[in-house]
Amino acid sequence: MAVPRPDPANGRDRGSADLGDARRPPIGCEQHRGPDRPSFREVREVPLSAFSVDAIARLAGPQWLVDRRSDAAERFASSSLPSTEEDVWRYSRISELDLDRLAPTAATATVEHGDLGRATIRRADGLDAEALGELPEVGDALVWLHHALAVDPVVVDVPVGVTVPDPIVVRHQGAGAGQATAARLLVRAGADSEVRIVEVFEGGGDGILLPATEITVGPAARVGYVGAQLLDPASWSVGTLELSVAEQATVTAGLAGFGGDYTRTRTDCRLLGRGATGDLVAAYFGDGDQMLDYRTFQDHVAPDTTSNLLFKGAVSDRSRSVYTGLIRVGKEARGTNAFQTNRNIKLSDDAWAESIPNLMIENNDVHCSHASAVGPIDEEQRFYLESRGIPTVVAERLIVAGFFAEVLEQLPVADLRASLDAAVSSKLRAVLA
Amino acid sequence: MPDHVLEIRGLRAGVGGKEILKGIDLTVASGEVHVIMGPNGSGKSTLSHVIMGRPGYEVLGGSVTLDGADVLAMAPYERAHAGLFLAMQYPTEVPGVPLVDMLEAAFAAADRDVAGMRERISVEAGRIGFDDRFLSRPLNVDLSGGEKKRNETLQLGVLQPAIAILDEIDSGLDVDALRACARRIEAATEETGLGVLAITHYNRLLHELRADHVHVLARGAIQRSGGPDLALELETTGYAAFGVDEPARADAAGRADGGPLADPFADPLA
Repeated sequence: MAVPRPDPANGRDRGSADLGDARRPPIGCEQHRGPDRPSFREVREVPLSAFSVDAIARLAGPQWLVDRRSDAAERFASSSLPSTEEDVWRYSRISELDLDRLAPTAATATVEHGDLGRATIRRADGLDAEALGELPEVGDALVWLHHALAVDPVVVDVPVGVTVPDPIVVRHQGAGAGQATAARLLVRAGADSEVRIVEVFEGGGDGILLPATEITVGPAARVGYVGAQLLDPASWSVGTLELSVAEQATVTAGLAGFGGDYTRTRTDCRLLGRGATGDLVAAYFGDGDQMLDYRTFQDHVAPDTTSNLLFKGAVSDRSRSVYTGLIRVGKEARGTNAFQTNRNIKLSDDAWAESIPNLMIENNDVHCSHASAVGPIDEEQRFYLESRGIPTVVAERLIVAGFFAEVLEQLPVADLRASLDAAVSSKLRAVLA
Repeated sequence: MPDHVLEIRGLRAGVGGKEILKGIDLTVASGEVHVIMGPNGSGKSTLSHVIMGRPGYEVLGGSVTLDGADVLAMAPYERAHAGLFLAMQYPTEVPGVPLVDMLEAAFAAADRDVAGMRERISVEAGRIGFDDRFLSRPLNVDLSGGEKKRNETLQLGVLQPAIAILDEIDSGLDVDALRACARRIEAATEETGLGVLAITHYNRLLHELRADHVHVLARGAIQRSGGPDLALELETTGYAAFGVDEPARADAAGRADGGPLADPFADPLA
């Protein structure tokens, strides 16, 4: 989903080039406020009984946060859910989302950390409206719903020059049966600081989780991020990862997507300062009937910026995956190096993988490439392993595990490698038996 | 000394409806070194692939047995378990799969003891002067042509097959590496009774790997068989006597037929 907002670098709204997302005017017209007004139901496409502003406001928290969430809930109430009619949602399963079935529910995160250096981690009771920032000016229904449900924002601030020795791990439970929940993480890495963040999404019932992670990487700072989606099979998740990278700063972000029924992750990497670098990798593996949906946006705003993207997926059984990626090189972004690769292995006839790369280049002094592929396991590789005495199914498991190894080796938090390898192995044992 | 026999009888095979092997008869026993030489397009690589069961080839007739067992009825991995090994002309890159993982999987599948695999690999690497740093890389990824051939030789040393088919193991190897690999294979014929079916264009392989039998494969059939002297004879006379106008020792640069883009060693499936 889109979270367009004014571009801090040049004052223009960045939404226009944003993967074709429909831009929405700022909402908040007075006549639509409040659940008791007769016009309220008229603007709804679907009556969502459980999602009254009152129900959302009743979720616990400090008053300033209740006010903020209520504001978002009102915007949600006067917007309509996305549909597959919109290009940006075309391949999604958004039309299956039945909010009538779900109740707004408070969800809290678990934060684990070792030595923080001088970094701080704040939750709702240590924050105020200013620290959490304004609501975005534009958004769609799911953006407002995220903000309306985000009762437990986690805010990590890393002061200038501070290196955080140990990774900070933030765990979110998937939404339970009949629940709609949100997870919100803000990371602000000061100039020349260094921090590694792990976000784990696990468990859950047949509800929907709406996560949003925003990471601001200050000048010359180094941030590593891993988002591991290990939800239980019935769970839905529709979320965003927004990376804003200042001059000479580097962010390395890795996503792993193994669980859930329908999960969609949109990753925006905005290279706002000269010499900024964003490396994005992902490994995703679908089985059963699940669908894994990724959208990426490598936005080169400033000169001499570099982005490398490698997304690798496998689909088996009747599962589906979609990768849609855009590289945009702005007018000012001379000297850009931008690379985008998406490779998919199709492990069964009924599985389906879609790969849609896009380039939008407004400057001539750039090195850009994109590559995408969808295909079965390479026959030559399989024969090579078989010829050494490895049975076909074992050979295929080795090849797929090796396919993902290239991504998993690049994750900035090595501690996670073993559990992600195990997730790959357990899927492989199930689908290549 | 083990006593294995690979028997090829009247083997006919092709690709895409085109018959390439038109009746091959060969018997390779433990400890023997058979060398197949022949002009391009004669079916040398096809023979090696059909024996190992590479997909895409059609067996049209004849038989291949190992100690009496029907090789052609086996899956490729079963052929390996039965004791066959193919050192490929173009070893395939398998990203993300380290050598040690592959060999452990191969041993496990054959109910062999995987303990000490790294040590075994290290010993074999030492025997052919193969730098340890290559061993942790994914299979064949970023290896030069010569390094890939040494990697194949190393695997042969670890897997200890009964019969090895070497599809141009010498191409791409520099003089020192060729000597090391050829010596390793020659040693295996004595240490473990390895039987060898070596396909080559060049006599230099035979300086260290002593051929017992040399066969000329042309136009899809064994045209002549003899002792090591036959290889020397081919070096001077070429294949003209077999109805093929091509010098036996032609190298890629010297070929006039294919043009700059044609690969004289190309696999017919490629």
